[in-house]
Amino acid sequence: MLSPQSLALIDQEVAKYPPEHKQSAVMSALRIAQIELGWLSRDTIEFVANYLAMPAIAAYEVATFYNMYDLAPVGRNKVTLCTNLPCQLQGADKIAQHLQAKLGIGFGETTADGRYTLKEGECMGTCGHGPLCLHNNHKMHTQLTTESVDKLLDEMK
Amino acid sequence: MSLNVPNHKVCSWTQDYDQPASLATYTAHGGYEALRKILAEKTPAEDIIAQVKTSALRGRGGAGFPTGLKWSFMPRGYAGDKYVVCNTDEGEPGTFKDRDILLYNPHQLIEGMLIAGYTLGAKAGYNYIHGEIFEQYESWQQALEEARAAGFLGKNILGSGWDFDLFAHHGYGAYICGEETALLESIEGKKGQPRFKPPFPASFGLYGKPTTINNTETLASIPWIMRFGGQAFLELGKPNNGGSKLFSVSGHVNKPGNYEVRLGTPFAELLEMAGGVRAGHSLKAVIPGGSSAPVLPADVMMACTLDFDSIAKAGSMLGSGAVIVMDDSVCMVKALERLSYFYFEESCGQCTPCREGTGWLYRIVHRIEHGQGRPEDLDELLRIGRNIGGNTICALGEAAVGPVASFVKHFRQEFEYHIENKRCMVGH
Repeated sequence: MLSPQSLALIDQEVAKYPPEHKQSAVMSALRIAQIELGWLSRDTIEFVANYLAMPAIAAYEVATFYNMYDLAPVGRNKVTLCTNLPCQLQGADKIAQHLQAKLGIGFGETTADGRYTLKEGECMGTCGHGPLCLHNNHKMHTQLTTESVDKLLDEMK
Repeated sequence: MSLNVPNHKVCSWTQDYDQPASLATYTAHGGYEALRKILAEKTPAEDIIAQVKTSALRGRGGAGFPTGLKWSFMPRGYAGDKYVVCNTDEGEPGTFKDRDILLYNPHQLIEGMLIAGYTLGAKAGYNYIHGEIFEQYESWQQALEEARAAGFLGKNILGSGWDFDLFAHHGYGAYICGEETALLESIEGKKGQPRFKPPFPASFGLYGKPTTINNTETLASIPWIMRFGGQAFLELGKPNNGGSKLFSVSGHVNKPGNYEVRLGTPFAELLEMAGGVRAGHSLKAVIPGGSSAPVLPADVMMACTLDFDSIAKAGSMLGSGAVIVMDDSVCMVKALERLSYFYFEESCGQCTPCREGTGWLYRIVHRIEHGQGRPEDLDELLRIGRNIGGNTICALGEAAVGPVASFVKHFRQEFEYHIENKRCMVGH
C-alpha cells in the first residue's frame, strides 16, 4: 500500500525508539502515509497499524485525535489559516474573509475542482509573524496580506 | 555576544552572527565547552544540580517550577532506563520563543539536553516538537546529525565512555500535548490525554521509566549556567527569579517578536523594545503570559516588572512569557470569544467538567458577542468556571477559566454593554 520510500522513512522513525516500543512511531508513520496518499482511509490506518504491530483501533484513535490528519479526501492544496487571538489582532479576520471570498468556499470546504481546501487552524506557535497559514501541513507562510495570499494561491497548482 | 563572556542574551546570542544555527558558529563562541568540562572532570551530578538550584532557574514553559528541584526528584541508583524529554510543543497562543531556539540556536538546546542527560543518568532524550512547525523539526534534526558527526552524540561521547542519544518526535496538532503527561502518552504513540498524578514522571514517566521533562528554553539555559555558574545566572535576574527570559510580544505593537531581557525588567521597557503600540492608539490590556494567563488592564500592567513574582502579585502569571498586547480598538468580548473557542476545541475530552464546561463557556461568550446575551450570563460564566477549576485531571480546564474570569472582572462594563445594547462599545 505504501511505497518503498515511505516505508524506509517509517523505518527511520521506528529506529528512534526502543525496539519494544514501535508504536511510538505511529504519529510519524501516519504523517508519512498521508503525504504519499493524500489522506488517511481506514485501510491506510490499518496498514500502518499492522506495519507497527499495534492494534488498528489504537492507530485509529491517534488518527482521530490529532487535527493535522485528514480522514477524508482534501484538495491538492490544504490551506490552514490560524485565526487565534494574536493572529486575529494582527489581521487574520481580513485574510479569512479574503480567502473565503476568493475561493468561494468556507472553512472545512474544498473547491469543486479539487484544487483547494480551506481550514481554520489553532495556534501554530509563530504568533509574532501573523497572520499566517500552513500549506499542506508542512510549509508555513507568514505576515500574510491580501496581495501575498493572492500570489500564494496562484502558485499552488 | 557569546558563551565566552557572561551576558544577558542567554538563549538568543547566536542571532548576532551570520549563520546562527551552525555548529561552527556555536563552537567558535564557547559552545559545548560546558559539556567538555563536565565530561573531562567527571563533575558529580550533585554539583550540577546544586548550580542549577543556585541559579534560581524556573521552568520557562509556563509553570515556573524550580528546575534544580525538579531534577533532584529523579531517583539515583535506579537500575533501569531513564529519560530526558524536552517540551517544544509550543502551542500556547502568544508563545513563539522555543521555535526561535530551534531555528537560531539548536546546539545550545542539544548541549543543555546532553548535560541534563548526564546529570540525571538518562539513556536517551526526546524533543517533542509542535506539529505545525515542521520546518523547525527538520532543521533541528539536521543539527542533531551535525552534533552526532562531531562526536557529541552516540557512543563514547568525546571519548568519555559515556553513551547518550537524542531524537526529535513530531507532534501533529494537539495543544494538550504541551501538558507533560499528555506529551509522554503522545511519544508512546497514543492519544495525548493527560495522566492522573501521582505518580509523577520522575518515578513513572516515558514507558513507565523515571523521566524529567523540561521546556526548551529551560534546557537551553543550562549550558550558560554551567559555563558561568549558578550565581552569575541568578544575578542576571532577581532573587527567586534567576536569569534572563525570552518574551514573545505579539498583537498591537509595531515590532512583534522575541526579546530576551533580564527578569525584573519593567514591562514599559519591553513595550518600548517592541516599538510601542500602534500610532494613534493607546494600550488597553495585556495578557502577560500566554492565553491561559489572566488579562491585566493597561495601568496594572504598566506598573509591573517582568518576573514571576511581580506578575503573580498583580493577579496574573508570567507563564511562558508570551505577551499579547491589545490596544483601544479591541472588543474584549470578541477577544474572549476566540480564546474560549480555542479551549473548547482543544479540550481532550477526558474529564467531564472540562469537556462540557469549555463548550458551555464558549457558547455563552459567543451569544453575548452576537447580541443574544442574557442579563444572568456573566454570573453564569463565573459559576461554570468555579465548577471546572479543581475538578479535572490537568490544568487545561483552569486555563480556560482564567481568561473568562479575568476578562469579566476587568472589563465587566463592556460585557454588560453588549448584553444590554446588543452591540459593541468599540464599534465592531
